[in-house]
Amino acid sequence: MRAARRGSARRVVVMAAIASLGAGLLAGCADDGNDEDSSSSGDSSGKTTITLGLFGTMGFKEAGLYDEYEKLNPDINIEENVTERNENYYPALVNHLTTNSGLQDVQAIEVGNIAEVVATQADKFEDMSKAAGVQKGNWLDWKWQQATTKDGATIGLGTDIGPMAICYRKDLFEKAGLPTDRDEVSKMWAGDWNKFIEAGEKYKKGAGKDTYFMDSPGGLINAILSSEKEKFYDASGKVIYKTNPAVKDAFDLTAEAAEKGLVQSQTQFQPAWDQTISNSLFATVACPPWMLGTIKAKSQPESAGKWDVAQAPKSGNWGGTFLGVPKGGKHVKEAQKLITWLTAPEQQAKLFSKMGSFPSAPAAYKLPQVTGGKNDMTGDAPIGELFAKAAEQIPTQVIGPKDQIVQQGLTDNGVILVTQGKSAKDAWNNAVKTIDNNLEK
Amino acid sequence: MTTRHDTAASPVKGGAAPGRPPGGNTSAEADHKRRAKLSRRWQRDMRWSPYAFVSPFFLLFLAFGLFPLIYTGWASLHTVELTAPTDMKWTGFDNYTRIFDDEFFWNAAKNTLWIGIISTVPQLLMAMGLAHILNYKLRGSTFYRVVMLAPYATSIAAASLVFVLLFGRDYGMINWALDLVGLDKIDWQNGSWASKFAVSTIVIWRWTGYNALIYLAAMQAIPQDLYESAALDGASRWRQFIHVTLPSLRPTILFTVVVSTIGASQVFGEPLLFDANKGASGGSQHQFQTLGLYLYEQGWVNQHLGRASAIAWAMFLILIVIGIINAVISRRLRASS
Repeated sequence: MRAARRGSARRVVVMAAIASLGAGLLAGCADDGNDEDSSSSGDSSGKTTITLGLFGTMGFKEAGLYDEYEKLNPDINIEENVTERNENYYPALVNHLTTNSGLQDVQAIEVGNIAEVVATQADKFEDMSKAAGVQKGNWLDWKWQQATTKDGATIGLGTDIGPMAICYRKDLFEKAGLPTDRDEVSKMWAGDWNKFIEAGEKYKKGAGKDTYFMDSPGGLINAILSSEKEKFYDASGKVIYKTNPAVKDAFDLTAEAAEKGLVQSQTQFQPAWDQTISNSLFATVACPPWMLGTIKAKSQPESAGKWDVAQAPKSGNWGGTFLGVPKGGKHVKEAQKLITWLTAPEQQAKLFSKMGSFPSAPAAYKLPQVTGGKNDMTGDAPIGELFAKAAEQIPTQVIGPKDQIVQQGLTDNGVILVTQGKSAKDAWNNAVKTIDNNLEK
Repeated sequence: MTTRHDTAASPVKGGAAPGRPPGGNTSAEADHKRRAKLSRRWQRDMRWSPYAFVSPFFLLFLAFGLFPLIYTGWASLHTVELTAPTDMKWTGFDNYTRIFDDEFFWNAAKNTLWIGIISTVPQLLMAMGLAHILNYKLRGSTFYRVVMLAPYATSIAAASLVFVLLFGRDYGMINWALDLVGLDKIDWQNGSWASKFAVSTIVIWRWTGYNALIYLAAMQAIPQDLYESAALDGASRWRQFIHVTLPSLRPTILFTVVVSTIGASQVFGEPLLFDANKGASGGSQHQFQTLGLYLYEQGWVNQHLGRASAIAWAMFLILIVIGIINAVISRRLRASS
């Protein structure tokens, strides 16, 4: 009798569990359905919902720009759909573009992918140069050109850019006997990356073995390459990375720095690299404005105010994003209006003051949000002005569809090996073999 | 709907329909006919319904298994890029012939084999030992069983990220422990064997408990009297294990070997996340790039769908060869017993 009752009690529990699981599944389906409904029509509330597909932390929402736009346009509702890493975001975007399904009304495109999107997917995007209120002159010319096809169609509007400077630790420089004033530091290596390496050697002599001059070989080679007019492709679209002396020079100079022990044996953005920020193990890092955000996030509180910003030997760009409107979206006109507003100089300046994303519209450089820009890590340094100065010297660089693959090969299958004891020649050969295999169709 | 109503209702009607016209003969004939028809329907139902019931699986398999398989085969004969998947250029067997002198493919194949061996062998041995211990009467045995299954239920991503921290070169706990004992630090990500060993550790951690439970289930099905009579003959615990437990587990062992081999040939998530920033290249010198990872790199990072498809088919063929070898060995084993 007891056993039977226990059995039935158990059966009740099991049934309840199954029922709740089933209900959960159904609820899950139902939720999805609702979402689909609200984003596709949105008529029930009388509002149009514009969706944005973004990656990383672009910060429009965090800076309050959506709220502001919704207040200006009461019939608009904005939703964003964020993928954390661009490596995961971009293949999905390409898939959605080629199958013309699953697209959001606005899609973000990273600068590393813009050349490929312009070359292969341009017909899937609206030509933003023809949209109402868009003025080409608002943007830095090279930023505008990066998103423009040979036929003159502009598929995306620039949001931020990454004018590169050198962030350095004043306290470590002082201990090593180097100047600490940002103008003197800039003068020490102005115009020549070789001088930057020389400064590194001086640093090593003064600082000894506890700290390194620079954070990583990847950071160094990226900084040098970014300041060149031509790197992996020539203007006609041919791959020239193997024969371009600028690339080989950048590789050799980075390898030299690695052999001399000036750079840490680290890969940027890995947990171990994060730790070296926290432990203050290096004195310089190639540094677009957003890098200050990374440094701030990974540093101990006592490092605040110890950094400063000097000009790089030659200025370059690292990072930046575009917003495009796919033709397959549901609310093309509204989406165009939204991104025109989001990328206007005033909004870019607001984004900089809240999130540190540097404007690609020079008109913003004179706005108080930029000129008065400060960062906890750099104390009183007028970083808005410093980065604006770097931004104005960025060369117009030829970019190509597979830039990322080539650069990743040179970095992760190349210069990093020198820090592990390989010769520069072996590292170069290993990198070239990997890159060629990856480029071959 | 109407036909179904007919079939369902007629037998009852046939038995006791009130408004039936008189004249027994004709009605009996009609009745007979109707019954024959019904029985034919019933037979048809018996014959075809089972197919209808199993069809959902096969339809899904067709859509998500067979079609991709064939499409992949078709794509592997072309040059196709992810950026324009409809723009195919016929290249015949080019993508396959180039595999023969693709050193990255063979490097990945070698890595897959080694990681497979380093992970599968200790994993199954340890699973056997754990199952044997758990087979004794233990207090809280359910607790131990749940604990053993916990790694299996953990997501690969979460587990791999923790292992990456443990195996860190500068700040990892394992190197810290080695340092305490007075040994040199090991660069787990960049060493050729060190990295393979580290990746295998993640696989071992994840699958040992799962296999142990399978062994345990099989062990509990072994009749107790076999052990009793062995004990009467004076066999020690160890001899009992060798002569009673192992022979009875033979089919189970074979099953786990087959499943682990298939699993090992497809190892992907662990090496991908073991050096997440280097994407899918499996280390700066591809020292822990497996075939699955190489396939992913070609298809999704480098966007060469044609090449990736050919690699997928090459992996499939390798698996078939392994399957045949397995079948031959198991037949031999069965014959010998």
